[in-house]
Amino acid sequence: MTTKRQRDSAFGLSLRLAWRNIWRQKRRTWLTALAMVFSNVLLVFMISLQLGSYDMMINTTLRMFSGQVQVQRVGYQDEQKMRQDIAGVGELASTIRSRFPAASVAARANAFVLLSSEDRSFGTQVVGVEPDFEAGVSTIPGLVADGRFLQDPGAAEIVIGGVMARNLKVAVGDELTFLGSGKDGSFAAGVLTVVGIFNSGSSDLDRSLAEVPLGYFQDAFAMGGSGHIIAISTAELGGIADLMESLRAIIAGGDELVALDWEALTPGLKQAIQADFTSAWFMYAVLIILVAFSVLNTQLMSVLERTREFGVIMALGIKPRRLALLVLLETFLMALIGLVIGVLLGAVVAGYFGFAGFAYPGMDELAAKFNMPSVIYPSVGPVSLMLGPTVVFIFCLFAAIYPAVKLYGLKPVEAMRAV
Amino acid sequence: MAMPVAAMSRLAWRNLWRNYRRTVIMLLAIALGVWAMIFMTALMRGMVDDMVQQGIVALPGHVQVHAEAYRDDPSITHSLPAPGKAMLEVLESRQVIAWSSRIKVPAMISSEYENRGISLLGIDPEGELALGFDPDDIVAGQFLTDAGDGGVVIGRKLAERLETRLGKRVVVMSQDPGNTIADRGFRIVGIFKAELENREETIVYAGRDVVQAMLRVGNDVSEIAVLGHDYRTPEKLAADLGDAAAGFEVLSWLELDPYLSTMMKVMDGFVLVWMVVIFLALSFGLVNTLMMAIFERVREIGLMRALGMRPSAIVYEILVESLMLLALGLLLGNVLAVSTIIPLKSGIDVSVVAEGMEMMGASSMLYPVLQWPDVLLANAVVIVLGILTSLLPAWRASQYRPVEALARN
Repeated sequence: MTTKRQRDSAFGLSLRLAWRNIWRQKRRTWLTALAMVFSNVLLVFMISLQLGSYDMMINTTLRMFSGQVQVQRVGYQDEQKMRQDIAGVGELASTIRSRFPAASVAARANAFVLLSSEDRSFGTQVVGVEPDFEAGVSTIPGLVADGRFLQDPGAAEIVIGGVMARNLKVAVGDELTFLGSGKDGSFAAGVLTVVGIFNSGSSDLDRSLAEVPLGYFQDAFAMGGSGHIIAISTAELGGIADLMESLRAIIAGGDELVALDWEALTPGLKQAIQADFTSAWFMYAVLIILVAFSVLNTQLMSVLERTREFGVIMALGIKPRRLALLVLLETFLMALIGLVIGVLLGAVVAGYFGFAGFAYPGMDELAAKFNMPSVIYPSVGPVSLMLGPTVVFIFCLFAAIYPAVKLYGLKPVEAMRAV
Repeated sequence: MAMPVAAMSRLAWRNLWRNYRRTVIMLLAIALGVWAMIFMTALMRGMVDDMVQQGIVALPGHVQVHAEAYRDDPSITHSLPAPGKAMLEVLESRQVIAWSSRIKVPAMISSEYENRGISLLGIDPEGELALGFDPDDIVAGQFLTDAGDGGVVIGRKLAERLETRLGKRVVVMSQDPGNTIADRGFRIVGIFKAELENREETIVYAGRDVVQAMLRVGNDVSEIAVLGHDYRTPEKLAADLGDAAAGFEVLSWLELDPYLSTMMKVMDGFVLVWMVVIFLALSFGLVNTLMMAIFERVREIGLMRALGMRPSAIVYEILVESLMLLALGLLLGNVLAVSTIIPLKSGIDVSVVAEGMEMMGASSMLYPVLQWPDVLLANAVVIVLGILTSLLPAWRASQYRPVEALARN
């Protein structure tokens, strides 16, 4: 019977033995560890770059206009028909607002109209917004560069994007007429004064977004008290799940309403992230497997060259299991060196770019397509630091299984005679 | 003493297989690396090719002619007359496969229930088909018959949004050059589908003559789209057209769609970076393998030196050994890559992330494209960098002093 203390000291001995063993071939150990360091640094950098860019894509998209969660009529997201409305949208928004004091809540309504200035006409979407609350869910009100945002909920005023203003050839103070149809199919028309022009940097929004006060919108389009969307944002992203839960409870009684989170609101964004993440992991996997091959080779060689030594040890009565554990322990130590140095170096590299920003030639054009600034700041956190290196670590341990298992077939007498 | 090449190669070959396990593992690693280089590159090329081709069909054409101010302000006031003699000469030359003049203006379409903002295209169906519109994309009804056809062809998604269908009437409103609202009723004669949902929602085709009459612009058009032979080299065509169409803006798709052309350029750089990264991951193992092979043979190398072999011959022998290893790995990797890409020629279904692919401008089928320059590049990277990496261990091996090396255990 072995006592706990004996077992501990046996482990301590193995550990010491393993440590000494890996330094018997300094160069080989360093080369193998360097392979791990190389891939770890690369993985840490790439993963933090990816996570950083996803954060930015989600944030710019959601914060700029759509909000983190929206309440809509079932089917509106897909079909966007005018009559798929939320009755008493203002009251429902107030209810939600009073239940979640920490969240920003704003009601909206949408219609497609022909918007005409003196020289130009464009078919576009106008959004009816609550002037008092819109700034909580969208950055557009803060991005008004010329003039001001909407104030009076019933005024015949409009705020448009910079590109649209250029296309329509209008400036603040000019008038626009719109032509469309109301919820009941009636003719809807009116004259609006441009009070503000915003520049969001997103060419899509700058070209196609026009906002009018919700009260005016409801009158003009025969909407009564209804609207189409309630946009909700909270400061802390973590609270979204709870928010969704309680929202569902609030709207359960209403007429066929749903709460949609960002994944449902912008499925393209989510899938672009998925596609990008998947293809990136294909590349990472290749890198990781190559490193594992390197470890396999090193450990196999180190086992083969010690055949005689192992034969002697086994002849002295040591079980193959102990030797196999020794080999695994050696790999563990080597992988640990690779992990620690890799994560530290990776953190320095990613941290530097997290501070200075990262860009490559041609990124301007590519970033514009995804509503992104043309400099990415890698996001350095526990996940981006540890995810890649941990996988490398595990695969390296797997790679040592074959050399370790080979020991079980070793016959002491033959082994001692081996060259 | 110079050793004959044949003997040297035999020596290197035998040395390579003295420790077959190590060699096989390294071979597998090289093969996997080369496979990943070629396979991944083929996938990315396929995706970008697809994006570019989709982009060109959507544009359409390789080169377009517009009035100077049109792209900034796509209004009917910025139009151009039907092509003159000088332009026709280029358009009818052999470097042009097809061309068509079209009207493209923002407009609004209304059914009895809904309104939407759209791009109204006044086209000549014959020219549009020649530019790449696929008649199989018509899912209901038919495409326009000629430029005087009084119907419209709208996208599937738009029909859904407007709650309308084939045979129903819609009203299209836009403005004429005097900014008077111009509107006209059209019957929906066809419904088309597109890879990119956005096209289904925003593009409406009508006959060019009909749209010209509706907008009261005579024979003027918004743009002339020209299809050349190779989308990779539209510059010559653009330059020739530019000379013939003085006063108008002539741009190739490279300039018309900076996202796509940047994507193509960035891809070349990315392919090289990817290959070098994979090689670097391999290189540690390669150096290690060679180091071990040399370390085991220190005494042997000492003996060869003592027998009069020059250090350069030692370097040479080890390089040949490394070259054999690399060549075998490359052979294996290339075969593996080609044999995995060919069965996938019919496309990989990535429709799970269709909307994400659409955001990037790609469709939901991924067709790997094997380009020989890429394969060559992968092989060149491995051979050239591989030999460079092997130089260090080889040089070290040649520096052993014969007596000391012989005394080593």
